[in-house]
Amino acid sequence: MGLVESGKMPKPLTTLLSLSRKYSLWVYQWGLACCAIEMGSAFASPRYDVMRLGVIPFPASPRQADLVVISGTVTDKMAPAVKRLYDQMPDPKYVISMGSCANCGGPYWDSYSVTKGVDQIIPVDVYVPGCPPRPEALLEGIILLQERIGTEDMSKRWRGEPIVVS
Amino acid sequence: MAKLDGEQVVRCEPIPGYMHRGYEKLCEVRTYPQVTTLVNRIDWLGSFANEVPFILAAEKLMDVEAPPRAQVIRTILFELSRLGNISLFLGDLGIQLGGLTIGFYAFRDREFVLNQIESATGGRFHPNFDRIGGIKDDLPKGWIAETKRAMDRIRRLCDEFEELVLGNEIFAARTRGVGVIPSDVALSYGMSGANLRATGVDWDLRRDACPPGLSYDLADWKVWTHPDGDSYARTWVRLQEVRESTHIVDQLLDSIPSGPIMAKVPRIIKVPAGEAYVATENPLGEMGYYVVSKGDLVPFRVKIRSASFNNISVVPWVSRGVIIPDLITIMASLYFILGDIDR
Repeated sequence: MGLVESGKMPKPLTTLLSLSRKYSLWVYQWGLACCAIEMGSAFASPRYDVMRLGVIPFPASPRQADLVVISGTVTDKMAPAVKRLYDQMPDPKYVISMGSCANCGGPYWDSYSVTKGVDQIIPVDVYVPGCPPRPEALLEGIILLQERIGTEDMSKRWRGEPIVVS
Repeated sequence: MAKLDGEQVVRCEPIPGYMHRGYEKLCEVRTYPQVTTLVNRIDWLGSFANEVPFILAAEKLMDVEAPPRAQVIRTILFELSRLGNISLFLGDLGIQLGGLTIGFYAFRDREFVLNQIESATGGRFHPNFDRIGGIKDDLPKGWIAETKRAMDRIRRLCDEFEELVLGNEIFAARTRGVGVIPSDVALSYGMSGANLRATGVDWDLRRDACPPGLSYDLADWKVWTHPDGDSYARTWVRLQEVRESTHIVDQLLDSIPSGPIMAKVPRIIKVPAGEAYVATENPLGEMGYYVVSKGDLVPFRVKIRSASFNNISVVPWVSRGVIIPDLITIMASLYFILGDIDR
C-alpha cells in the first residue's frame, strides 16, 4: 500500500476502503458494569441485533478488533487494563465510550475509586450518554461512527501524527 | 487468579476490587432519597430489588409504613426484577457452557419483563421508583394484563430451558457432581440465596423473615431446595425460582388493593437518630443495609451486605483440584455480579 503511505490515494480507492471498513467493524466488548448488559442486549439479543449494521461482535482478542466499546465504570484499578487493551489494538482503531460512567464518572462523580471519564486514558470517538443508555442509543452511536469512518480521509489518518494522550 | 498444574487447578482465588465504586462512602454524602439512585447500580440486573432494603431500613427508622397498595406494587416490582435477573442467568449459563441458543432466547424473553418495568417506572434498568413511605407513581392503564402476558412468556422460556438445557446430556455431564458444596461449608462461608438452597438448606428470607413493607404473605408459594449442592442443583433451583416468581406475580396482580400509594411523609426527609438493619431476599441472596442515622439529612454510615461477595468467597474452597472447564461451570453456576461483589 505504497499509495496510501505516500498520501496520494485516488478517490475511488479511498471510497472503496472507507466503505469496506465501515461495514466490517469488529467490536471488542469491554463490558465493565451495568452498561455491559445493555451492550449485550444490543449485540446479542434478537430484538436489537447489531449484525444488521455490519458490526461483528465476536473477536477473541483486542488484536483482531477495530472498535472497542468501553461500557461501564472504569475504576482506577481497571484503568491500566483499559490502556493496555487500547495499545494492543491495531490501527486504525476506534473507541466508543458507553454510559455516563465511562463518559465522565456519572453518578460516581465524587467517588474516590472511579476514573472520571475514560477519555483521560484513551482517545474516544463517540460518547453515548445515558445511565445506562438504551440499546438503541448504542446502535445510534455505532451508526454515527460508521458515518465518520465513511467520510474519513484515510491517508490523512495514516500520515498524521498519532493521537497522544498524556 | 488461578494457579494450575497442567489442566488441574491448584489454587484459585478471586481478586475483587476492579469494580469498587465506593458506595458506602458515597452514601454518607447523599440524602436519603438520593441514595436509592446510587444503590440501584449495585446488582445491576435486579436493580429495583436493591432499593427496597434501604428504603425499608429508612422506613423502620422513621416509623412509617407504606400503604397496602404500595406494598403490593413494590413486591410485584421486586419479583419482576428477580425475573429479569435470573432469566439472564439461565441464558448466561448456556453461553458459558457452549450452548449459545438459550442465551438468545433469554435475551429475547427478558425484554418483556424489562418493558413492564419500564412502563411502570420509566426506567428500563434502574427504576429509582421506591420512596420512603410508598412508591413514586401508580401503575399505568392496562399494565396488569400486559404483565400477565409477560409472565406467560417467562414460563415458556422456563419450559424451553428445561427441554434445551436441563435435559441435555452434555449439560448434565458438565454440571452433575461438579462444584459440590456441602451445606455446612455453604453456611460457614455465609452463602445465601439459591446457592444455599441448592445445598439443601431450606432458608428463604421472603418466607422466614419478611420485613414489614413487602407483602409476600398474600401469595401462596413454595421455597425450592435441592439436596445435591452441585452446579446442576444450583441451576435447577434457580429455574424453579423463576417459575415460582411468575406465580407470585400472577397472584399479587389479582390482589392489588385500592387506596393511596404514599404514606404521609415530610417533604424534606430527616431520619431520626438510630440504627436499623433490614435484609431481603434479593435475586442473588441476602442483601441487607445497616443504616446508622444521627438525625440528619444524610445517613451517618451505611454498611451494605451484598450476596455475591459471600457467594464467591467459597471459590478457593470449591475449586481445589478441579479441571479448568469445571472452573467455568462453577463460576457460572455460582452466579455473581461484579458490582455486587465489590460495591
